[in-house]
Amino acid sequence: MTIELFMQQLANGISIGSLYALLAIGYTMVYGILRLINFAHGDIFMMAAYFMVFSIINFKLPWYIGAVIVIVASVGLGLLLERTAYRPLRDAPRMSIMISAIGASFFLENLATYLFTGVPKGFPDIKVLTKPVSIGNISLSVSTIITPFVTIILLYVVLFITNKTKIGMAMRAVSKDFETARLMGININKVIATTFIIGSSLAAIGAILWGSKYPSVMPLMGVMPGLKCFIAAVLGGIGNTTGAVLGGFILGMAEIMLVTFLQPLTGYRDAIAFVILIIVLLVKPTGLLGEKVTDKV
Amino acid sequence: MLKINDLHVNYGGIAAVKGISIHVPEKSIVTLIGANGAGKSTTLRAIAGLVKAASGEIIFQGENILGKDTIDIVAKGITLVPEGRRVFANLTVLENLKIGAYLRNDNIEEDIYKVYDLFPRLKEREWQLAGTLSGGEQQMLAVGRALMAKPKLIMMDEPSLGLAPLVVNNIFEIIQEINKQGTTILLIEQNANKALKIADYGYVLETGNLSFEGKGLELLQNEKIIDAYLGTSKN
Ligand SMILES: Nc1ncnc2c1ncn2[C@@H]1O[C@H](COP(=O)(O)OP(=O)(O)OP(=O)(O)O)[C@@H](O)[C@H]1O
Ligand SMILES: [Mg+2]
Repeated sequence: MTIELFMQQLANGISIGSLYALLAIGYTMVYGILRLINFAHGDIFMMAAYFMVFSIINFKLPWYIGAVIVIVASVGLGLLLERTAYRPLRDAPRMSIMISAIGASFFLENLATYLFTGVPKGFPDIKVLTKPVSIGNISLSVSTIITPFVTIILLYVVLFITNKTKIGMAMRAVSKDFETARLMGININKVIATTFIIGSSLAAIGAILWGSKYPSVMPLMGVMPGLKCFIAAVLGGIGNTTGAVLGGFILGMAEIMLVTFLQPLTGYRDAIAFVILIIVLLVKPTGLLGEKVTDKV
Repeated sequence: MLKINDLHVNYGGIAAVKGISIHVPEKSIVTLIGANGAGKSTTLRAIAGLVKAASGEIIFQGENILGKDTIDIVAKGITLVPEGRRVFANLTVLENLKIGAYLRNDNIEEDIYKVYDLFPRLKEREWQLAGTLSGGEQQMLAVGRALMAKPKLIMMDEPSLGLAPLVVNNIFEIIQEINKQGTTILLIEQNANKALKIADYGYVLETGNLSFEGKGLELLQNEKIIDAYLGTSKN
């Protein structure tokens, strides 16, 4: 193993970890407020990738306009999901909402297969993102380099919203106690919708960066990243935004290091997330930064 | 200010409030007492729109608010200090006060100081998470938070529950103080003796029906109420 290869893989690990982190934030925020694992989150990510394919390849839009459209469309889809699959079940037992989430996920996957067929579509080659950059002897794409920075900046934005703004304060209040939040005059539905807006836009940005790295778009592409990012959120302490990012980084790094140092085990790359999940659940179920999970009164 | 006519509330098929009528005049303190499960909390929750009433009228400042959304009811000037404090444990003391003023768009600074004047303890703990406050401090915060909405009517559900006698006295003094500053109060209490002493008018609720009503001091003298709610000794 040369130092160059190691550095290259380190950069890859950080980059893929940041992508996981972007998706994990969405899982953790929705869980924090609704105590719901939004199984359809990975499918929003998948849809976002398709939106990008259509905007750029079919409609020939410049990538930055495409990106804006993709974010807006994904947010719309996230809101529609919340409105149709979760809001009507607001007072239903949690298991019903969970089943609705699984149903919504299957629905989106099958809808995509029906509309776009199961044949993978190529993700548009966005030159500014895929251009290789050489640093010394190692060569990385622009997207690999900027992804961690994008993630950190977005993490700060999310933390700013939740900790320093009025809607963020309402989010934290709603996450503890729906009824008392209503007594303060807080519109619960608006607050929940806001978390879906944030989660979906991060998933959309994640999809654009993901597609530049793995340029193959198909209906089930959100399943594995979705599961992994959920695990990243659990690892970091579900409900905790910084934890989700930390969990994403650790998971991405663990995967890449496995591939780098234990090459015979490369085929188990996807399994490592589940091994981590089992270890976390056995050793520290609240995750790295999680607080004790208390059920809502 | 608030007039309730023939209010019925059911949970599933079970009637919890079975046709009660209550009048809370402007700037008064009215108390609602009764045994556990009598339907006191249910009445307040129906007024706040947290449970749907089956029938009846809830007239607030001339308008029937029954069936309205909680947000609209709060916006009209009614707040509820809920049973069991329910402060937001994951927010700081200051944030809890700010969130009490969620619907306001004017300057709330001055009102925060007013709350701190009433409860100096809260000022000292401004940056502490509400979940780390003692029970009494949390109750103070719950009352302070309700005041931040600048309500016309404050409803309090057992504010003295689980507090040490000294703190209970303090809470009752504060309730009178808030009332003197012009806020109407509808108070639920297990501590019937203390509640009736400060109340202008009182109602006694028994398994969903009103059994007695009268001026606070009159009810305090009533033999049956003494037997049922005040214990044998009048202290
Ligand atoms: N969510 C609910 N579902 C079903 N029944 C309920 C519900 N909430 C209250 N009840 C019932 O309604 C009746 C009145 O309850 P309520 O909470 O109003 O009593 P209360 O007078 O406030 O009693 P306490 O002094 O113990 O607080 C009780 O018999 C209670 O069991
Ligand atoms: Mg009660």
